[in-house]
Amino acid sequence: MITPVLQIENLTVAYRRGGEWLEAVRDVSFHVHAGETFGVVGESGSGKTTLALAAMRYLGENGAVKAGRITLAGRDLLALSPVEMEPVWGKQIALVPQNPQSSLNPSMLIGEQLAEVLRHQFAMDAVEANRQALDWFERVHMPDPDRVANSYPHQVSAGMQQRVLIATALCTEPQLLILDEPTSNLDVTTQAVILDLVRELIRGRQTAVLYVTHNLGVVAQVCDRVGVLYAGEFVEQASTRELFSQPLHPYTQGLLASVPLLGETKEKIHLWAIPGQIPPLGKLPGGCVFRPRCGLAVQICETQPPLYVSGLKRVSRCHRWEEIQKGEVGDWRVPTVSKVSAPGEDERRRLVLNLDALHVDYPQRPSLKEMLRHRPARKVSAVRGVSLAIPQGRTVGLVGESGSGKTSLARAIMGLTISSAGSMELLEIPLPASLSQRDLATLRHLQMMFQNPEEALNPFLTVGETLRRPLIILLGKSRAEADREVADLLQAVRLPASYAARLPGQLSGGELQRIAIARAFASNPALLICDEPVSALDVSVQAAILNLLLELQAESGSSLLLISHDLAAVGYLADEIAVIYLGSLMEVAQATDLFQTPYHPYTEALLSAIPLIDPTAEQRPIRLAGDIPSPTETPTGCPFHTRCPRFLGEICQKETPPWREVKATSKRYYCHIPEDDLRAVQERLPVFGQPLTG
Amino acid sequence: MSRYLMRRLGFLLLTLLLTSLVVFTITQWLPGDICRVILGREVGENALEACRQELGLNRPLPFQYLSWIGKLLTGDWGLAFSTRSLIFPLVMDRLGNSLMLALVTLVISVPLAVTLGSIAGLNENKPVDGTISVFSLAVVGLPEFVTGILLIQFFSFGLRQRGLPALPASSALPPDASFLEALPMLILPSLTAMLVLLAYIVRLTRAGVIEELKRPYVRTAVLKGLPRRTVILKHIMRNALLPTITVIAISFGWLISGLVVIENVFNYPGLGRLLVFAIDRRDLPLIQAVTMVTVLGFALANLAADLLYALLNPRIRFG
Repeated sequence: MITPVLQIENLTVAYRRGGEWLEAVRDVSFHVHAGETFGVVGESGSGKTTLALAAMRYLGENGAVKAGRITLAGRDLLALSPVEMEPVWGKQIALVPQNPQSSLNPSMLIGEQLAEVLRHQFAMDAVEANRQALDWFERVHMPDPDRVANSYPHQVSAGMQQRVLIATALCTEPQLLILDEPTSNLDVTTQAVILDLVRELIRGRQTAVLYVTHNLGVVAQVCDRVGVLYAGEFVEQASTRELFSQPLHPYTQGLLASVPLLGETKEKIHLWAIPGQIPPLGKLPGGCVFRPRCGLAVQICETQPPLYVSGLKRVSRCHRWEEIQKGEVGDWRVPTVSKVSAPGEDERRRLVLNLDALHVDYPQRPSLKEMLRHRPARKVSAVRGVSLAIPQGRTVGLVGESGSGKTSLARAIMGLTISSAGSMELLEIPLPASLSQRDLATLRHLQMMFQNPEEALNPFLTVGETLRRPLIILLGKSRAEADREVADLLQAVRLPASYAARLPGQLSGGELQRIAIARAFASNPALLICDEPVSALDVSVQAAILNLLLELQAESGSSLLLISHDLAAVGYLADEIAVIYLGSLMEVAQATDLFQTPYHPYTEALLSAIPLIDPTAEQRPIRLAGDIPSPTETPTGCPFHTRCPRFLGEICQKETPPWREVKATSKRYYCHIPEDDLRAVQERLPVFGQPLTG
Repeated sequence: MSRYLMRRLGFLLLTLLLTSLVVFTITQWLPGDICRVILGREVGENALEACRQELGLNRPLPFQYLSWIGKLLTGDWGLAFSTRSLIFPLVMDRLGNSLMLALVTLVISVPLAVTLGSIAGLNENKPVDGTISVFSLAVVGLPEFVTGILLIQFFSFGLRQRGLPALPASSALPPDASFLEALPMLILPSLTAMLVLLAYIVRLTRAGVIEELKRPYVRTAVLKGLPRRTVILKHIMRNALLPTITVIAISFGWLISGLVVIENVFNYPGLGRLLVFAIDRRDLPLIQAVTMVTVLGFALANLAADLLYALLNPRIRFG
């Protein structure tokens, strides 16, 4: 029997809050062998980061291991004092943290942040350490290592910062590498590059890897075995392949069924929303922790289930796992016909919003020299000539990475940022660029909901006050009428009427987003702009919010402009999708057509960068070089030419591409390459629209 | 960086211009006739007129302002009414004394305050932290004339009564005293000023350390396996001290001209006492000169604070 690199047995970790010990991780056991990648997947509050830090014995002042064993290559880590842990940290166990920006020291040169590890761990002299630091930067494919080594963290992109942290973690060749959500704040194309890098570096190094994440796609693509963590307990552990093909715990099933797969649409499938929310620390239900949210809960679930051995090397903490395995209960991911009917294509619909060649520029402050020489003022072009129409009752998705101008476009439509050129029409009436020139009727028809409900709702107003305002101000209702309607609104978003008296601080993230939705729909707007409506929420809560948006839209007939970086979610919810890059639209198509060849090369790269929630899927790696250019120096010709994997040559650099219409589809794209040439080199990406099991 | 520097210098000049206008205007508006103040009540109208002519008080205000500024810049600061002596050497002498006192105060208090603040911050909510915080707050609550007199009682009279070498109770420097000669006289006023500054710098350092300790980069540094000392000194302190350094630089301005009470308690011939003296005698040219020097001191301290901050914080270096 080979000793695993990391072995954790019956681990219980607790935090002290106000004199009380609250268990964040309970009775967790797993091991990671050399050369193996073990994934811990869980939502926020599941205890996954606690678990990762406990494995390093780094719990802070108020955390403590209450029970269990942690051994590193046979050595009992819990027996070591904090001082004795110092030689273990960095040398034997290394961490790649979340949030690369804040995990690097802001006032220290990047090269030094790696070199200090080499000097300390290997007693190298400064010259040798600096040389090897540069070697490591090359090994993580850092563009221009010399320059990066002599930069401060804020001067390089998030992707490069994460490369620095990966190099720093790996430079001591540790036995155990812990990755804590290393890509969760990165753009999807950068994430793909970083995941490639992680896979490349751990292959052939015999490093044991503990990979902590909430992203099911990343787990499917990176991990060999997975443990699913819920409210501090492992509810299931299996090989990645088995877990994704046949989950044996209702929570795992629910997680997989609540995420739309790439290419799935609202017409084909109804998302499974897990009811309720993760219980907060210290308020755990008795018996099975998942019982209050579980559709399969029966009497026996009131006793705590043991870890049932449910197969070779797999366990499930569900009393009913055998029934699930036989398919007797837990009919998950059944393609239910949703209430949403496909809108008739030929039907001429009234345009709710029409944008024509809209530009948004942010002027830059000129330097003294520029002022003296009367140079024209520099500007940042955030949106460059976007034309887009949104018909009544339909949903248009706007997809782009950070810095693509999608939020600037939304702000310009809302009048929060004044567009610098082009025209806008709302309900076929010209829409003034500035908010101050819009009347109440216009404001009433144009509403927006934001990514982070905790910041978007006024913490000092009760839910009732928040919901009453649009009714009184925009619809001119009396106070009594408004109060009555608040109850209806709460009911529409499935919240009890008593919530009207609550303050935002007393609600969970999912509940807050429901309030934000209720507020946005209160004035019955013609157009609702949703800026990343679910990306701040936990996976198991997202589906409920997406379903709610769909339902309320069907009832009210409002149009939605859905802004997101998540192509799968947009593909699910939207009727039409626009892909934006550096302020220009690259491709516009009906949702069903977008996932068919030919794609715009940028769309192709985006699609191939998304980690598919299926470990058996073969993805063609198309990776983008470098980072998105700064908006101050937008490339000439085609804006995408600096990173385009299908770059033709001079024509892409010099000439702006034409809009091409793809025959017999709704797709049009902005590229020099003709339709047939693209089709010849592109492959249809796998598993689109196909449920994982049968 | 040069662009940043130019902008800050521009702001500095603007500040000086505005304050000079204010100082000039206020002294113009003060009730009473300067010549009557100089010559006394009993003098005739002719003598007054001659005096006004001589001082240029009959010319239009903009001319008066420009000539005042011009003389200020060329070092021709004129005579003080009250002492009939040249203002420039007088102010410069007092400025020198004030700088000496400020410097000694900073040298004593900054290392102590930063060390105490860091210890408190690194041991947040532990007994050490509580003791340091309570002590520094208790001290700042006492007015300077109380702490000053207590210090004199103890270090001067108390020690002398026991026949031990004692510090001088009065800090009335002889003219042209060298720094070394002055040093024993500087210690007690410096300690008094330190007690005022201490709590402020301690609290700020403590808050800075506590805030930095929570940042993820500290965890990164610890988990690199670096010794705790390296993590604290190399990683945490540089970031934690940023706000503290700014405040220290700004407090330099206060030390130069704001120590009126302390200078009086110890009879120390600094700028603060000179200003009180000038106001007492309604000596307008002297008031104007001391005020302008004070403003310049504050402005330079502020500039130094901004530049130090920019130098130590790479994130705004190219701002």
